[in-house]
Amino acid sequence: MKGNEAFAEAAIRAGADAYFGYPITPQSEVLEYLMSQKPYETTGMVVLQAESEVSAINMCYGGAAAGRKVMTSSSSPGISLKQEGISYMAGAELPCLILNVTRGGPGLGTIQPSQSDYFQAVKGGGHGDYKLLVLAPASVQEMADFVGLAFELAFKYRNPVMILSDGIIGQMMEKVWFDEYKPRLTHEEIVKRYPWATTGKTPDRERNIITSLELDSGKQEIHNQKLQAKYKKMEEEEVRFEEYQTQDAEYLFVAFGSVARICKKAIDIARNQGIKVGLLRPITLFPFPKLKIRELAEKSKGILVVEMNAGQMIEDVLLSVGCQIKVEHYGRMGGIIPTPNEIVENLKTKIIGG
Amino acid sequence: MSQTSIINDIIKEENLVYKRTPLLTQKTLSYCPGCGHGTTHRLIMEVIEEMDAQAETIGVAPVGCSVLAYEFMNIDMQQAAHGRAPSIATALKRLMPDKFIFTYQGDGDLAAIGTAETIHACNRGENFTIIFINNGIYGMTGGQMAPTTLPGMKSSTSPFGRDTSIMGNPLKITELVAQLPGTYFVTRQSVHTPANVRKAKKAIAKAFQYQKEKKGTTFVEIVSNCNSGWKMRPVQANKWMEENMFPFYPLGDIKDEGKLIVK
Repeated sequence: MKGNEAFAEAAIRAGADAYFGYPITPQSEVLEYLMSQKPYETTGMVVLQAESEVSAINMCYGGAAAGRKVMTSSSSPGISLKQEGISYMAGAELPCLILNVTRGGPGLGTIQPSQSDYFQAVKGGGHGDYKLLVLAPASVQEMADFVGLAFELAFKYRNPVMILSDGIIGQMMEKVWFDEYKPRLTHEEIVKRYPWATTGKTPDRERNIITSLELDSGKQEIHNQKLQAKYKKMEEEEVRFEEYQTQDAEYLFVAFGSVARICKKAIDIARNQGIKVGLLRPITLFPFPKLKIRELAEKSKGILVVEMNAGQMIEDVLLSVGCQIKVEHYGRMGGIIPTPNEIVENLKTKIIGG
Repeated sequence: MSQTSIINDIIKEENLVYKRTPLLTQKTLSYCPGCGHGTTHRLIMEVIEEMDAQAETIGVAPVGCSVLAYEFMNIDMQQAAHGRAPSIATALKRLMPDKFIFTYQGDGDLAAIGTAETIHACNRGENFTIIFINNGIYGMTGGQMAPTTLPGMKSSTSPFGRDTSIMGNPLKITELVAQLPGTYFVTRQSVHTPANVRKAKKAIAKAFQYQKEKKGTTFVEIVSNCNSGWKMRPVQANKWMEENMFPFYPLGDIKDEGKLIVK
């Protein structure tokens, strides 16, 4: 099954209430798969092809504000279009799942895979001071597994969660195991569980208003402080990462998503040549595994950050590393995927020999 | 009788002929004196009250003068990004098909930045009600030219009058959405005289009734004044509206029961 299809199937099984999307390569299989499965006839999940990515993300806003599990997916240019709506959702504190099957940019760019939307995903993306929780899958299995996790985190923090995937993971076919079907919540359950949701003002409560507007600067600052406290809590409680052969490693790769898998192959090649290198794969890109990287840097001679971009995550790695070791970047752009041998060569020239 | 005793007599419960609908909050309206927003707010809330639908209604406020509509309407509400209210309403209605959903939008919101969302929601026949306030100007940002500004009409961004050869033509979006198969009831009303207020209320009630019957998109335009933006006194603005806006935006039903009304 393709990564995009696994994501879609997992959404139905996670009890998602609605998907709103718009076709764009390389993620159109999400909408295609959902339409082919007709979940509106089985679980009652709404699936709608919107007139634009802008409209789709605002449909998510509307559904989320009614306490529903809503989701959308797109690829880089479409994610740029969604940024206004994502900022509004962060401001109004709405849960939502957004998948970015990243392709190369800038502009219309290419339909080939890339990781060049890292900054956009982890630093906010739209206007205003806000953060998304960002999960980076490295397999088709994780494209499925992260759906349930993302919904859980989105509702826990009342914040949009982004799954930052790429064209490799979205298009790649692998075996995948799914969770059992989880029933969708009923309207009554939603009313009870999410007392903030706009489900209709009943006599037993005040009216609910979902807005990101607060014209009083004092109150707007307090709202911002509340948001920042939430992001800090995420940094304390939600950091996720994977370590690979770091136990005896003298050198370290830091890579996320599909590139982390290529790095594993590079590690096998390097170790055959006697180079002790390991991998730290951030699974959450925000919150970033700062402390883990700092800890691993203490016992490393050098770090090579490998990305399919011009050097984005390396900035967070540099902010995390507390000691004076060499940190270099190796990146391919424009839809080119780095090979394991290239990565090993760059480890040798930029870190070991450099 | 002294003036005080006359007033005391008037406000006696048995003499009360007009009171605030309980679905409007106690908050003082933020609109300029003479503006049609307040009257339209009240009409929508009266209709919801008469349908006993407070618990069943969710409204969507736009960006514009009525951005704070949720401060005045005592129902659950969402505030939308500029122009996106029909998308929000689409999701709300599809996820809660038995609730009443309405958007409340101005001309800039609905007919400029939100044109795509408006057209497509209407074309899909989304089963909610759009209340469209058309005053031919961007009121909140200080009187700039709107998509519905009349030819020759002055605004802060058309200070010598709207020159259609440079600035393009006003958009009759209501006539446009009436052409779409998804709309069931499309009407244009005003709230500047008691008779028009009564007609407008009937139109809103009809739209909500059709929504209850799941007939498709219902669209109620209210041609309104903007005395501040037009730089006129309220009475003068209403007169100007009758003389200039109504010939271009004629009042009355444009489509009913899914059929265009031939005049």
